Amino acid sequence: MRIRTAFMTGVAAAILAVTPASAETFRFAFQGPLNSLDPHSLNETFQLGFLGNIYEGLTRRGTDLAIQPSLAESWEIVEPNRWRFHLREGVTFHNGNPFTADDVIFSYERATSEGSDVGQKMPGVVAVERVDDYTVDFVTDGPNPILTAEFDTWYIMDQEWAVENGADVVTNVAEADREFFANRNANGTNAFMIQEHQSDVRTIAVPNPDWWDEAEHNLTEVIFQPIQSDATRVAALLSGEMDLVYPVPLQDQQRVDENDGTTALTGPELRTIFLGMDQARDELLYSNVEGANPFHDRRVRLAFYQALDVDAIQQVVMRGASTPSASMVAPGINGFPTDLERYPYDPDAARALLEEAGYPDGFEVQMNCPNDRYVNDEAICQAVVGMLGRIGVTVNLLAEPRSVYFGRVLAQGGYDTSFYLLGWSPGSIDSYNPLYNLVQTRNTDTGSGTFNLGGFSDAEIDQLANEVLVETDPDARGDLINQAWQRLHDEVGYLPLHQQALSWGVADGVNVAQRADNVFRWRHTTIDN
Amino acid sequence: MAAFVIRRLIQSVLVMLVVAFVAFSLFNFVGDPINNMVGQETSLAEREEMRQDLGLDDPFPVQFARFVGNAVQFNFGLSFRRQAPVAEVIGERLPATLELAAVSAVFALVFGLALGVYTALRRDGWLAQAIMAGSLVGVSLPTFLIGIILIWIFAVELGWLPSFGRGEVVYIGWWSTGLLTVDGLKALVLPAITLGLFQLTLIMRLVRAEMLEVLRTDYIKFARARGLTNRVINFGHALKNTMVPVLTITGLQLGSLIAFAIITETVFQWPGIGLLFIQSIQFVDIPVMSAYLVMISLFFVVINLVVDLLYYVVDPRLRVERAAHG
Repeated sequence: MRIRTAFMTGVAAAILAVTPASAETFRFAFQGPLNSLDPHSLNETFQLGFLGNIYEGLTRRGTDLAIQPSLAESWEIVEPNRWRFHLREGVTFHNGNPFTADDVIFSYERATSEGSDVGQKMPGVVAVERVDDYTVDFVTDGPNPILTAEFDTWYIMDQEWAVENGADVVTNVAEADREFFANRNANGTNAFMIQEHQSDVRTIAVPNPDWWDEAEHNLTEVIFQPIQSDATRVAALLSGEMDLVYPVPLQDQQRVDENDGTTALTGPELRTIFLGMDQARDELLYSNVEGANPFHDRRVRLAFYQALDVDAIQQVVMRGASTPSASMVAPGINGFPTDLERYPYDPDAARALLEEAGYPDGFEVQMNCPNDRYVNDEAICQAVVGMLGRIGVTVNLLAEPRSVYFGRVLAQGGYDTSFYLLGWSPGSIDSYNPLYNLVQTRNTDTGSGTFNLGGFSDAEIDQLANEVLVETDPDARGDLINQAWQRLHDEVGYLPLHQQALSWGVADGVNVAQRADNVFRWRHTTIDN
Repeated sequence: MAAFVIRRLIQSVLVMLVVAFVAFSLFNFVGDPINNMVGQETSLAEREEMRQDLGLDDPFPVQFARFVGNAVQFNFGLSFRRQAPVAEVIGERLPATLELAAVSAVFALVFGLALGVYTALRRDGWLAQAIMAGSLVGVSLPTFLIGIILIWIFAVELGWLPSFGRGEVVYIGWWSTGLLTVDGLKALVLPAITLGLFQLTLIMRLVRAEMLEVLRTDYIKFARARGLTNRVINFGHALKNTMVPVLTITGLQLGSLIAFAIITETVFQWPGIGLLFIQSIQFVDIPVMSAYLVMISLFFVVINLVVDLLYYVVDPRLRVERAAHG
């Protein structure tokens, strides 16, 4: 009898839980879990993208990625080193606390404190000063034309709430002995509020009735669940259990499209996939060429470039879901060089170049490649191996899981690679970021070139990038960026391949906005009745 | 008896130390956790500082000693990925795996025994033959494929059962259970079958073989000569005497059900410790990985101990011999 009662209670609970589904409950799945609710703990696209539905920054980005006012209504540069932000009045956090200048200052301090991972979103900011309750000044150490570029993912937290709950310290593993309240609880200002958060299992959010902006969506509940296995994720969409799943593996796109009731939603992503070559060492670590580094010779780099048939990679490996690129940045990135064209695919010319450079029989080199980081990364590398084989270069492929791969090729591994594949998507949606991280000469003092794994170095580009950093006139700045990209192309410093495509699967009757940075904003989502 | 248990316990501690040591030395090859814990724009200096804070730069013996020292106090540190205490993270996920393993084990045992006995007694019947042929599928198909096929048929095509997850759960204290809701029970069906299918066929084949063996023995012939009913002979004498090896295997398999739930849990997004382990490997979440491995070895050690003790219960000869010697 007791079992029966428990069973019936269970049934009742199940029915109760299922009932709201008739309203506009929206369910979606991503391949990875939501690790933390703390908006300052990890600078990662999915986590910050998810929390951007709960929290807000001073700015936000629209579906076209244009910067829009958010918690700041407007801003101006009052002095070259001083930006003034006028905050929106009458905004409240989910717990009812009012939003004021103190919360901005607190969030700045929290985001730049030790343990935070989002401090770089305010480059060069030395102080945030309160002018009045709804005005704050950001003081920088020099002119910064793109100060607000990443303010959309630097989220504002309620000071009072944080201090009350001991959440003023950013969630981090270095401090093992304390409980991190903000890791499991959230209190933002945005259109949705967390209702339930079972880490790794599911997170439920409901609309914020007091949101300052007019709601575009018609959702009454959002349920997120991670589904790691590709096949299961697709099955959950096809069976109607999910309204949106992403990413959908390329080989399943057609299946999703042909299925009644679901559609594959694709679009260009901002991430550029490219190959890099060790140009720093005098002798390659993994090659049969002794006493010299073939990649020092521009002709060898160009030979590699011209040996790569990116159209074949696009059609065969990527099943059409990529855009071959001559540039290290995607068209959606500020400063995209429109005039750049790829050197033509020409294996004969490539062989001639190799011969000219003194390698008539080619040479041998090892290639490092991740196998679980980018779309079809290992398959791309295998294709590259074949293509270089045709010009006589023997490539030994070493494909590894990302944690091993990055541990090896990044700075802490001592840039232990001769030839590698990498992808890059600038969080600031601006060209300065890849110029600084990927192209400028490696310098541990300034932090430039940290991800310039091949140690490419060119004084002219270094100079151009430094000018880009401080040039406030948009046209002059755009011109400098263009020169830098042109110079990199002329020098064949990198071998860009393509921008990969976004791949989402959506149930029919559900309208979502797919942003090119692979961020999903629920506030644009509607479900047809 | 007590001496036996104590000896086994000491052995167990040694086994667990060795497991911890081997696991820990393997972590040198799983990669660098720092890259997963920070964004791409985090500076080198910050990464280095983090590595030092976490003691990842310390030599291997120091790291291992620290781990063992903390582990004996049941302190496994903070999960790198979840930034919450490891004990709490595992505690959240453990009920899901234990429920799944228990349901699978019952499923495998009940159907394995029934089908094993049936196929042994009706050796030449067409149904028995069909079951034997079908059992090859269970033995030879890899778990993930069975899982995907089941999802395809019952979730996508028929739409009867959920394709992933645990459904609605009810909390009894800290223990989350899916056994009390219809939704939770429905979610259990496919993963339990996937996980239990191999064990089921194994038990069935074992029972069948043992039964056939026993049925040929003299005492069965004598029992028949005494005019006992088939029911008494088959279940009272034959089946009872097949139970010792079946128990051993089932016991050991219970350990593997928990340990190898990894694949089933990944396919069905079952929020148990197997999936947690996979996520931890991908993230290089060393504290969770080491705690998991130690815990699994503890499971095996305990299960083996229990199985050994159960022999005494099932097999009267052991009790007699011990008594005679003691």
